[in-house]
Amino acid sequence: MKELMNLETNPPPGIRIRSEDCDAFNEWLVDLKGAENTLYEGEEFQLLFKFNGRYPFDSPEVTFTGSNIPCHPHIYTNGHICLSILTDDWSPALTVESVCLSIVSMLSSCKEKKSPPDNSLYVMKAGKNPKKTRWWYHDDNV
Amino acid sequence: MDSEEEMYDESEEEEVSDDDHNMVMEPEVSSTTATYDSQDETYPHEVLSPEMIVQHMIDCIKDVNTIVELPATITRILLNHFKWDKEKLIEKYYDGDQEKLFAEAHIISPSRRGQASGSSNQVSVSSTTRSTRSRAAATGRSADCEICFSTLPTTVMTGLECGHLFCEQCWSMYLTSKILHEGISETISCPAHVCGILVDDATVMRLVRDQRVRLKYQHLITNSFVECNRLLRWCPAADCGRAIRVNYVDSKPVTCTCGHRFCFSCAESWHDPVKCFWLKKWVKKCDDDSETSNWIAANTKECPKCQVTIEKDGGCNHMICRNQSCKADFCWVCLGPWEPHGSSWAALQRYLHYCNRYMNHMQSLKFEHKLYAKIKAKMEEMQKHNMSWIEVQFLKKAVDVLCQCRQTLMFTYVFAFYLKKNNQSIIFEDNQRDLEQATEQLSEYLERDITSDILIDIKQKVQDKFRYCDTRRSVLLAHVHEGYEKELWEYQGSL
Ligand SMILES: [Zn+2]
Ligand SMILES: [Zn+2]
Ligand SMILES: [Zn+2]
Ligand SMILES: [Zn+2]
Repeated sequence: MKELMNLETNPPPGIRIRSEDCDAFNEWLVDLKGAENTLYEGEEFQLLFKFNGRYPFDSPEVTFTGSNIPCHPHIYTNGHICLSILTDDWSPALTVESVCLSIVSMLSSCKEKKSPPDNSLYVMKAGKNPKKTRWWYHDDNV
Repeated sequence: MDSEEEMYDESEEEEVSDDDHNMVMEPEVSSTTATYDSQDETYPHEVLSPEMIVQHMIDCIKDVNTIVELPATITRILLNHFKWDKEKLIEKYYDGDQEKLFAEAHIISPSRRGQASGSSNQVSVSSTTRSTRSRAAATGRSADCEICFSTLPTTVMTGLECGHLFCEQCWSMYLTSKILHEGISETISCPAHVCGILVDDATVMRLVRDQRVRLKYQHLITNSFVECNRLLRWCPAADCGRAIRVNYVDSKPVTCTCGHRFCFSCAESWHDPVKCFWLKKWVKKCDDDSETSNWIAANTKECPKCQVTIEKDGGCNHMICRNQSCKADFCWVCLGPWEPHGSSWAALQRYLHYCNRYMNHMQSLKFEHKLYAKIKAKMEEMQKHNMSWIEVQFLKKAVDVLCQCRQTLMFTYVFAFYLKKNNQSIIFEDNQRDLEQATEQLSEYLERDITSDILIDIKQKVQDKFRYCDTRRSVLLAHVHEGYEKELWEYQGSL
């Protein structure tokens, strides 16, 4: 996959692909660093990308994984992310890189670290795959 | 317009020979005089076969195009945007801001077409570029496809008027994925992120070569044409595929060539005497309550006190737990104590009363074709015993009437459920009871074994009975309709 090589050779700041843990066709692990001068400065997170056979025409399944899940109004404590480009607004011209950048910018614009208001209910009821959830997108400006 | 031709001339086989319904005993479509079935004739409607639907769509497009003079596929998108209301489209097109109109319909205005295709600053919808990567810039003779990252000759790069270019193979896979996996046809947009420009038919036909996908696309387009168009409705019968076209929308019965008769306004089977509004409420209630009903109909439950499993086989609803150390006294339906019974219990009983009768007729109607087959066999049998074809026709007529009565009765229970008690509702309930009884008697006669010995006797009885049923049915319907006109009906729970 060209996309993988691209991301390996010149990753944008704060994003590192863990190629050793990548199964080139199904799952990728990506390390994210909280950007400087934001609430998440100094923190490290991990994103898990799962691709199905129809990628990039179908969106990848993207969740936070590992020990540190960011506390953020659009991120559930089970790692699910409420972000429209991951489902309804997906375009095949989007990439792992652009998804990571969107998520970093979502983190950066956060003004108060708190979980989504419906977190406990959602986490209790949600399945494994966030794409099966009918998302009502929270206001992206929060 | 060539593209339109090309698009539709390959629509599938068809059509429907008359063998489809050559069943000799087909229920005839209303020949009874002076009954309320004559409403059919007062509501003009036309049955459209799948080809006629496509033709009708093309005609609509051509019609509008003689005025607006746009490419056919653009007109189709615009018409779809206005739910195929030609007048509204033309009005907006000439009275309003055309640029705004095109932007709202997610197409690039034709006046801007052709100027500098490939450049991006002319996009009327938001053209916010996405990530850091640069867009497919046509550098000389080759360009990068932003989906597959291949560097390819510009000749295989293509796109819509918005100027976003992708390679033909990615386009084809993208469209296939949308059409086949997501079932989308009307609202496929340019694959570029945040570009909402819609893909037109000509582009789909140019880029998708797989027949299966093309066919599915055409189906989807026709489907949305019918569903958006107020004056068209799919025949709800399974596998029918025809649509009904009317000149104005009304809650009146229409009859498809397949024999299915339904309400144009709500698409339920024709439901005289109840109105669409109440029927819709009823159907929803039945759906919501199906769990409750199943639960009530269940044969085993747990004792509300000691949780031991109790089985019930018929009998009354007053239960006493058999567990010697428990002996709880409770009601099977609500699992509450037997005394006292609250009002919610009464409401439930009332609902079940109407629901059971409604379901009973619905169930019987489902076996309608079996009954016709059985009667047909009987008629053949009789003809072997010196009876002429003409002499045995009364049996078929009897089944026709029986089915009509069941259909009417079924919906009278919906009507009655929401009806508030007054003098007129008492008359209505008398009519209903009378028709119910007569209908069940007629049904019983037809179930009986008819041997040639008792034939003369039974013929008279059956004829008398179905004539009586037919008359009572007309009386009941006439009374309800009179009530509608004079506003005699009051409803409960109009919420
Ligand atoms: Zn490509
Ligand atoms: Zn575009
Ligand atoms: Zn039909
Ligand atoms: Zn109706």
